[in-house]
Amino acid sequence: MSQYKKPKNEQEFEANFKQKKPLMNDTEAYYASSKCLFCYDAPCMDACPTGIDIPLFIKQIHTKNTEGAAKTIYDSNWLGNACGTICPTGVLCEGACVYNHQNVLPVEIGRLQNYATKSVIESGKQLYKPGDDNGKKIAVIGAGPAGIACACELRTLGYQVDIFEAKDKPSGLTVYGIAPYKITNEEVLDEVKYLQDQLGYNVKYNSPITSKEQLKKLEDNYDAIFLGVGLGKTAYRNIPGEDKEGVVGAVEFIEELRMKHAETKVGDNVIVLGAGNTAMDAASESARMGAKTVTLAYRGPKERMGAYSFEYDLAVSAGVKSQFNASPKEILGNGKVEGVLFTDENGKEFTIECDMVIKATGQEKQGNLLGMIDSLQLDKNNIIQVNSKTNQTTNPKYFAGGDAINGGAEVVNGAYDGKLAARGIHQYLNQ
Amino acid sequence: MTDISINFAGIKSPNPFWLASAPPTNSGYQIMKAFDAGWGGAVWKTLGMPTINVSSRYGSVNYRNIRMAGFNNIELISDRPLEDNLREIEEVKKYYPNHAVIASLMVDSREEWEAIIKEVQDAGADGIELNFGCPHGMCERGMGSAVGQEPEVLKTIVGWVMDAAKIPVITKLSPNISHITDPGLASVQGGTDAISLINTIKSIVGIDLDTYAPYPVVDGKGTNGGYCGPAVKPIAMHMLKELAQHPEIKSTPISGIGGIETWRDVVEFILLGATSVQVCTAVMHYGFGIVREMEAGLRQFMTDKGYQTIYDFAGKALPNVTEWRHLNLKYDVKAHINKEKCVGCDLCYIACDDGAHQAIKINDNDRNRIPEIIEENCVGCNLCSLVCPVEDCITMVRKDDGSQHVTWDELTLADKIPNTFNDDRAGGKGHFVPTPDDALKAKRKDRSGQNQFDF
Ligand SMILES: Cc1cc2nc3c(=O)[nH]c(=O)nc-3n(C[C@H](O)[C@H](O)[C@H](O)COP(=O)(O)OP(=O)(O)OC[C@H]3O[C@@H](n4cnc5c(N)ncnc54)[C@H](O)[C@@H]3O)c2cc1C
Ligand SMILES: Cc1cc2nc3c(=O)[nH]c(=O)nc-3n(C[C@H](O)[C@H](O)[C@H](O)COP(=O)(O)O)c2cc1C
Ligand code: SF4
Ligand code: SF4
Ligand code: SF4
Repeated sequence: MSQYKKPKNEQEFEANFKQKKPLMNDTEAYYASSKCLFCYDAPCMDACPTGIDIPLFIKQIHTKNTEGAAKTIYDSNWLGNACGTICPTGVLCEGACVYNHQNVLPVEIGRLQNYATKSVIESGKQLYKPGDDNGKKIAVIGAGPAGIACACELRTLGYQVDIFEAKDKPSGLTVYGIAPYKITNEEVLDEVKYLQDQLGYNVKYNSPITSKEQLKKLEDNYDAIFLGVGLGKTAYRNIPGEDKEGVVGAVEFIEELRMKHAETKVGDNVIVLGAGNTAMDAASESARMGAKTVTLAYRGPKERMGAYSFEYDLAVSAGVKSQFNASPKEILGNGKVEGVLFTDENGKEFTIECDMVIKATGQEKQGNLLGMIDSLQLDKNNIIQVNSKTNQTTNPKYFAGGDAINGGAEVVNGAYDGKLAARGIHQYLNQ
Repeated sequence: MTDISINFAGIKSPNPFWLASAPPTNSGYQIMKAFDAGWGGAVWKTLGMPTINVSSRYGSVNYRNIRMAGFNNIELISDRPLEDNLREIEEVKKYYPNHAVIASLMVDSREEWEAIIKEVQDAGADGIELNFGCPHGMCERGMGSAVGQEPEVLKTIVGWVMDAAKIPVITKLSPNISHITDPGLASVQGGTDAISLINTIKSIVGIDLDTYAPYPVVDGKGTNGGYCGPAVKPIAMHMLKELAQHPEIKSTPISGIGGIETWRDVVEFILLGATSVQVCTAVMHYGFGIVREMEAGLRQFMTDKGYQTIYDFAGKALPNVTEWRHLNLKYDVKAHINKEKCVGCDLCYIACDDGAHQAIKINDNDRNRIPEIIEENCVGCNLCSLVCPVEDCITMVRKDDGSQHVTWDELTLADKIPNTFNDDRAGGKGHFVPTPDDALKAKRKDRSGQNQFDF
């Protein structure tokens, strides 16, 4: 049943995690770009959260002004390269492409975007330079997509920017969370390096901000602070047996997978709890890591799944089975997990055996840190409340964006938020 | 049974598909392959004055993803020895006695013309074609288009040829001239048996943006080439029509050339009066095999329409190609959008608003972005129906009842034409036109090129 053999080395890992949207070659880009109609007030643009001028950059690719195309993309979205391959384009730009209405395959906007940006990243061509120093300093907490986008935009406006990042790599979940068949670590890090080389913001790695004192210091030393902290660890769900050996959080599992590749330990029989996009990813990834059986177990019926249907289809195509209307009651096993006890919609109990459980039951919010900031208004789910025109929080010195304000969306939303917040900061400091 | 064979000014051919004098007819090898593939005739690559060719000879115009929408060359006439060509003509005729082999010729003096005509006749050619068209290189030596552009000289040379030739003579014309009927008439007056057209059009297909030299680049320099391929077909068809309608030329058989690639092109040329067609670029692009599609399509068309021979419909479009002044000014069409098919690209909207008559509106609240025709403003120009990317989505629908018919000619005779600058009888009077400052008042809807933030 399992289509994938356990990868024993990097080569086998790469084969199992083949890129879903590989880089286009010049000929592909030529033909793909020729297809765009240059629609008036193009609906694809409208569907892009960062509003990239899609018909323009595609026409630029076609006329072999690839550098101009990359500039068009980066002008709207600082993570244009990553977004080209990891955005759920089928529900965003490509989903809105007019061709869909006549059942013609849409223009491959994402891959064209990736093609243009990759070419400037590889050439190292400088498209931007920092603005003239305006003497002001901004602190950014978190080097995820939102934080990096904010830092880049602030640099073009002439601010000094210091990013404080808890981990030892930039990019947040783009490098720690997104499925390896969507993007490689190298590709993510190359783009961030390309941006940092041009714009020169500082990043302090291994520097989590965790105390009131640290925050106080930032407030004293910086003119404004951007919160791009994303979400936290996998939430604890209070299922009896959650602490057994072999029970892991999805975010933690994926992070290990992204860092250790073939050396990541995966059970033979895996149960994934949850039905969001993260659950789909974790299930697909377990299957690709050679698990013999992977079962997605979800409390509700199929129709209520939170995941995009294309993500579910992808998991199914990797050999993942699903069990709907299955509420986990207890994780069974003697120290080590041996199975999960479920009840169905009629309350009837049943057990599925396994040697690994991945909980994809949502991420914790960054309540602890956020609670330390004066007059910062959060909603009941600990999501930061902001002014949607400026991304300013209720504490005027703080701005925020990304998963921390939307509760968990896409990289492209973080990219937009970071840029918007930078503009908001600029406006706030120049009133 | 449909019979697609032709007798073109005495040259017999199993079908009207001929290879034009060009690289595909360089050698007996190629021509035999072509006949085997289904071509009915071939005009041998022009024989005549000795030449030397450059390397880097062709350039092209690619449009969107279409390669060679237009094609140009700076190649001269055959650079192979005449005796080789003659021997191969003889051999081809031996294998293919019923196919048409026509020798294209270009020389200078009367003696040279007489000598080379005798040689190709002796080799067994079915006819001769006079190359008065080549617009590069040869014309600098006083031949090719240099002759095609001087009707008097052309007439004289055709006269020499007619005195010497015992086989049918086709005069091939250059389009690099204001009135194609001038050389057309001169060739008829010189006594030609038939005409073929067009040869290539003087052109520059592009400039290399690093070396600033025109394509094809020869060691940093270039020269004008001869343009051909799909892009020149409309020009060729117009010239064909000019000759086919001319009272003193129309009885002369015409072989149509210029951008022919498919059966549709073939039928169009025949409808405009051609009774043989010649092809070069399409074969250089796809090989001899494209004749399969031409022949199948031509036969299908003839069966569908009930024609037995191509002479049954040759020239059938000519009566409908008239002068502007004879067109019915009361005919009235308006654009109609099929909302079921529309994909909401809004290209028709912007084409009409920026490039035509502001007769299409879009409704900001319609999530499907389906535009609407403002019939009062629509002048029936067709533009929207031409830009629409969806098959049969915008159609032009006739609105007048057909009872009225008036032409500019009739108005002129009745002394009713507008004749002052602000005449009320002019067409544009009363048409809706927004005032200039509406352009500034209208909220710019297209966000392209705008900053995503207001601040
Ligand atoms: C499993 C999974 C799959 C996903 N797949 C996709 C996908 O295919 N496509 C897509 O577009 N999106 C995907 N996403 C969502 C996407 O990764 C996030 O929306 C995006 O990364 C959010 O960016 P961010 O900057 O807000 O937060 P994050 O990416 O979470 O970055 C936050 C950064 O802040 C740091 N940080 C946190 N707290 C502190 C602190 N106190 N001090 C210092 N630093 C701190 C973190 O270490 C991290 O680097 C996925 C998410 C998950 C979990
Ligand atoms: C519908 C239409 C109407 C035109 N009317 C005029 C005209 O009134 N006067 C003029 O000098 N050229 C006129 N032109 C020619 C254009 O100015 C231009 O020379 C020609 O279209 C070639 O340019 P293009 O093919 O790059 O568009 C017209 C062209 C079109 C398509
Ligand atoms: S909707 Fe499709 S065709 Fe239209 S501009 Fe966008 S990508 Fe091009
Ligand atoms: S036919 Fe011409 S005037 Fe009428 S709607 Fe179409 S583009 Fe506009
Ligand atoms: S051009 Fe055709 S498809 Fe596009 S909006 Fe107009 S009618 Fe619809």
